[in-house]
Amino acid sequence: MNIVVCVKQVPDTEAPIRITPDGSGIDETGLTLVMNYYDEHATEAGLRLREQFGGTVTLVSVGPERAREALRTGLAMGADDAVLVSDPALNGADHLGIARVLAAVIKTLPHDAVICGKLSTDDNAATIGAALAEYLGLPQATAVAHLEVDAAGTGAVVHREVEGGVEVVAVPFPALLTVERSLNEPRYPSLPGIMKAKRKEIKILTLENLGLTAAEVGVAAARTALVRLSPPPARKAGRIVEGDTEQAVAAILAFLKDEAKVL
Amino acid sequence: MDFQLTDEHRMIQATVREFATREILPRAAALDHSPTFPAEIIQKAAALGLMGMMVPERFGGAGVDAVSYVLVQEELARASAGVQTIITVNNSLVCDPIAHFGTEEQKRRYLPRLCSGASLGCYCLTEPAYGSDAMSLQTSARRDGGEWVLRGTKIFVTNGVEADICIAYARAGPEPGARGISAFIVEKRFPGISVGKVEKKLGIKCSSTAEIVLDDCRVPASNLLGEPGTGGKIALSTLDGGRLGIAAQAVGIARAALEEATAYAASRQQFGRSIGEFQAIQWMLADMATRTDAARLLMLRAAYLRQQGTRYTREASMAKLFASETAMWTTHKAIQIFGGYGYIQDYPVERYFRDAKITEIYEGTSEVQRLVIARHVLGKNVIGDA
Repeated sequence: MNIVVCVKQVPDTEAPIRITPDGSGIDETGLTLVMNYYDEHATEAGLRLREQFGGTVTLVSVGPERAREALRTGLAMGADDAVLVSDPALNGADHLGIARVLAAVIKTLPHDAVICGKLSTDDNAATIGAALAEYLGLPQATAVAHLEVDAAGTGAVVHREVEGGVEVVAVPFPALLTVERSLNEPRYPSLPGIMKAKRKEIKILTLENLGLTAAEVGVAAARTALVRLSPPPARKAGRIVEGDTEQAVAAILAFLKDEAKVL
Repeated sequence: MDFQLTDEHRMIQATVREFATREILPRAAALDHSPTFPAEIIQKAAALGLMGMMVPERFGGAGVDAVSYVLVQEELARASAGVQTIITVNNSLVCDPIAHFGTEEQKRRYLPRLCSGASLGCYCLTEPAYGSDAMSLQTSARRDGGEWVLRGTKIFVTNGVEADICIAYARAGPEPGARGISAFIVEKRFPGISVGKVEKKLGIKCSSTAEIVLDDCRVPASNLLGEPGTGGKIALSTLDGGRLGIAAQAVGIARAALEEATAYAASRQQFGRSIGEFQAIQWMLADMATRTDAARLLMLRAAYLRQQGTRYTREASMAKLFASETAMWTTHKAIQIFGGYGYIQDYPVERYFRDAKITEIYEGTSEVQRLVIARHVLGKNVIGDA
């Protein structure tokens, strides 16, 4: 089974994020960048399918050259190959543009399953997977929390976490899946894996290599534009309720009823 | 001069930091309060390639360099010095001498098991009457046909209870001192070897420390490690590597104490402000940070020399000496910053303090390290070659 996993490099969610003074982006000085956590789960899902059915796991990413580090993490986890599309003409591309670039790469690769994280933790758009399925003409199942591939590897039954319950969906392969973090527990890259990943070549492609132009996928083609980033408002200081337990409970009840209006 | 770690060093460090923080740290206090061998953690560590880190990949090891090794040991010890002890002994004192001095057949038979976590190793050098004076050891080895017969008692053997593969030193020839000593790979299943008294310790409690009794233990001749009479050389060269592991352990403990004390100083309020605003506390933290960094630099220098293939005995001793005394000093200060809370078991700093002490003792006491260093400073002409 040939599996393609899409990977994005994002700021570590535990690191403090600073926005550039003009609001056009994130200040990258001193920022820790990691593989999007959801993509770790997607990589793990791919590796488990390979362990079950044989075949290969190929990672694909679109981003600046530094995104190689995120691919290196996936290779150290055990993926076979990695491709990065890096082109300055992609600055300002929107999600649909990025999905078209990913689709162009994946069309050149054998793929029985394409796996993405449900969303990336930097912009929370959850758009790439769905758009990519459309561009590739594949059936899709998003937000997969449980994955069961039939013994012949011809399709899967998946559980999707939906409001108030679970939706069970069957998809024939080749298909595109986007995965929840509850799907699996990603493995740590092993030390031998890290040493092997060091020796693997990460193929870097430009738009030209893919037969695409900036006019088709770059900022000129973008249907959305980032207007401004702004930090969330500073959290207001909490209120400390003084007094003995009885008085404090009464004060908190009054607050919940009259001010917060949750009781 | 380039002070940068490579991309691989940083990736290995980050991976093991996350592993240690998620898999070891949450269990460290319980493993200290009610000591049990952390079998599950050791199996997970083996899956990551941490049990035979510098062993070549063709023998099942991770094939990483000595700088990676000390970076990993620091991360493990920062989470639990007890867990790290188990791992560093398997690496430095068991895998290393087999990888360096073993025959092809010995490497093939023992290294894959030791690296995969199927086996665990221990190192039997110290005897009741011979600690720092290890080269006078009296365990005997007598040749009997195709076997060696070992007789004697070894003590303070880390992993002694759980290990199934032991590196044991015994006197196989009439020559006095180091020249009469040979090294052997002894399996626990061989007849005549047994575990004696199991020690109760001040710290590093989840690692076992046991007496190993060799009562006419019969060892196949093919399990002699290196040439007859080279055991002393093997023991000392192995300890150079071991001291890197202990230096890293001490750096990890010192860092843990510094991290805890820093967080506490920022949050603990007295006299209407955080205690970190008082200069008395600031100076302690500044000294703790400076000494910890200095210890780490000595550790990295020794590891760097090892991977260059240069002799690093002096540098390994300096790193081990300075790092262990730094761990002791830093954990002592951490308790002071915590005050009464530092003295009770609800916080980890008293554990760091107890764990730190062993680093000044095992794999050569601070006094032995100074002896080794002084010998390099003064030269053999002044104090002779012991």
